[in-house]
Amino acid sequence: MVGAIAPAAAARTDEPVLVKVTFTVNGQRRDLELDTRTSLLDATREHLHLTGSKKGCDHGQCGACTMIVDGRRINACLTLAIMHQGAEITTIEGLGGPDNLHPMQAAFVKHDGYQCGYCTPGQICSGVAVLEEIKAGIPSHVTANLEATPQITEAEIRERMSGNICRCGAYSNIVEAMTEVAGARA
Amino acid sequence: MKSFTYERPSTPAEAAAAVGRTPEAKFIAGGTNLLDLMKLQIETPRHLVDVNGLGLDTVEPTDDGGLRIGALVRNTDLAAHPRVRKDYGVLARALLAGASGQLRNKATTAGNLLQRTRCPYFYDTAQACNKRQPGSGCSALDGVSRQLAVIGGSDACIATHPGDMAVAMRVLDATVETVDGVGAARTIPIAEFHRLPGDDPARDTNLQPGELITAVTLPKPVAGTHIYRKVRDRASYAYALVSVAAILSKDGSGHVAFGGVAHKPWRVEAAEADLPKGAKAVTQQVFADAKPTHENAYKLTLAERTLGAALNQARV
Repeated sequence: MVGAIAPAAAARTDEPVLVKVTFTVNGQRRDLELDTRTSLLDATREHLHLTGSKKGCDHGQCGACTMIVDGRRINACLTLAIMHQGAEITTIEGLGGPDNLHPMQAAFVKHDGYQCGYCTPGQICSGVAVLEEIKAGIPSHVTANLEATPQITEAEIRERMSGNICRCGAYSNIVEAMTEVAGARA
Repeated sequence: MKSFTYERPSTPAEAAAAVGRTPEAKFIAGGTNLLDLMKLQIETPRHLVDVNGLGLDTVEPTDDGGLRIGALVRNTDLAAHPRVRKDYGVLARALLAGASGQLRNKATTAGNLLQRTRCPYFYDTAQACNKRQPGSGCSALDGVSRQLAVIGGSDACIATHPGDMAVAMRVLDATVETVDGVGAARTIPIAEFHRLPGDDPARDTNLQPGELITAVTLPKPVAGTHIYRKVRDRASYAYALVSVAAILSKDGSGHVAFGGVAHKPWRVEAAEADLPKGAKAVTQQVFADAKPTHENAYKLTLAERTLGAALNQARV
């Protein structure tokens, strides 16, 4: 067995099953006891009251719940909190706040990368991770040469951000914001 | 979601034994498909065996020049692996054509093979579906079938395998490695891994209850242009209407498998000899037994044209 999670009785039950889990959220260690059914998104929103991450579809289709877990962006709605024992989790609150905006947050403000703002925390977490993915040399569907190092282009950004839906249609401004952050970094 | 118990074993044999001995137990890896289905109560396991502690997450060369891919290698890592990009481009392309960046970061090699159909009637628990509820009927036969199978279906089911990765693995002649609850290992050629629905559409694959995928092995690389062309309703993040996984020489000779058309990746090896004659000569044979519905007959034309585009791509 790994970690503190023990197998519960195999007997058929409709009662909630509680399991303890410990992970780090935005640099802070958190100890929780959760119903096994709790998604990572519900754990952070409902139990830790970090409500920046949003629940859109709750089925991995919209990207509003995107968080960065152990350096990778994932849909927090499609993963169980108890499967993240020991994980390092970053939500939009961990990237920056009103007095210390992350460069991506500042660029979204500057380029008007949102209207209603509901998808924005997920867009920003995804955007930060996308630039890291390109930097790490991970190819995409639009990378012409699989063996070449992928470049930061508008086409690459659009393809890689396709898991984040914005029904207000702020896409072109999101691309501008990400392009500026990528350029500033280069 | 229905309540369930949970455990996280540390060896493949323990994991297989745990699912074997526990009623209504399931493995969970990336969870991106299973949790979606659990929220809709299409899947209602009583016990989850988390396999993320098993290792099985490396890509290693094999003695005969091929590649052994651990069951838990994430789709992102497999697509980005230097050997896959260099020698198995069709696989990298197929992976990158699937899902979104967030999902590929979680989704695993084994889980991708085991993802379930996206037939709208499988997903709608108010509708008849023999795959979800055996014996209830198939609402798709007279329903909205635009995205569904054109070949290999039955009177009980016309669902498709939704994945891209498996189509590439079919053209690469991959082999699936498994272990069962008593520790016995076996290998299953990818051609025999997924089933046709027949009169038992609830079973997607030929895995036995409790049998755990440990790896997928690729034979040594096949020379030629590696192509994965996926036709879908939008440019990104959508399931294939038709896809073509092909490894082709300039004269057109090579190998081809089709996705989005059947309950499994669809390949007819005997038709491949005619690839140099053009797409139509091949698709006429590959789809000779097709039984499309009034809504999805377009897939036969689309398959021919998509293969034609792949042949043109290989000529350049």
